[in-house]
Amino acid sequence: MTLEILYFAWLRERIGLSRETVTTDATTVAELVAELRGREERYALAFSDMSAVRVALDQDLSEFDAPLAGVREVAFFPPMTGG
Amino acid sequence: MDIRVQEAPFDYGAETARFTDTCAGVGAVVTFCGIVRNDGGAMDAMEIEHYPGMTERALTQIAEEAGQRWSLEGCLILHRYGRMAPGEKIMMVATASRHRADAFAGADFLMDYLKSRAPFWKKEFSGDGAAWVAAKDEDEAALGRWG
Repeated sequence: MTLEILYFAWLRERIGLSRETVTTDATTVAELVAELRGREERYALAFSDMSAVRVALDQDLSEFDAPLAGVREVAFFPPMTGG
Repeated sequence: MDIRVQEAPFDYGAETARFTDTCAGVGAVVTFCGIVRNDGGAMDAMEIEHYPGMTERALTQIAEEAGQRWSLEGCLILHRYGRMAPGEKIMMVATASRHRADAFAGADFLMDYLKSRAPFWKKEFSGDGAAWVAAKDEDEAALGRWG
């Protein structure tokens, strides 16, 4: 499956990309994160503390055990600080 | 419902007047404005990043949720992104209702949810460099107030 992956705030800075297209066999967000972590040091660093990472699937907040079937856009970002 | 996400500054007085006029005869209007703090002049600027698309979607969902919980006759959420100096207005919310309790509660709810459920991230710039603002535990805990 092909996914559009977006990174925001310090995840974007650590990985050095705001978005990328990834082809993966991962079936859940957690599997996708494990795959990304194994790629390069910068990904491993960005995903080293998952308590500081949030995920959205097709622009809806989600959980790391959520399935990726049917998903087109995955976004990773730190806890939000609006207002 | 009026949801706006923009880089440009906004005129808080004019927006408040326009919203109040639109809701003329309703009975009560509550507004809140968030401003970049000037912590003793230590900070030079703030930059707000957001997730275009999801931001509008999340704000709309939050406003719809407020409309289901309280009797609101009008609701405005305006939030900026980009670079701002201390003293600049970051965002505002306005709610209107027949009686003040709904407008106050609605605005309070919008702010609590907007702080930790709308995809905005603040970064502060000072002489020491730049740092992302960490989310506060109490902001997350505040959501518990609403059940």
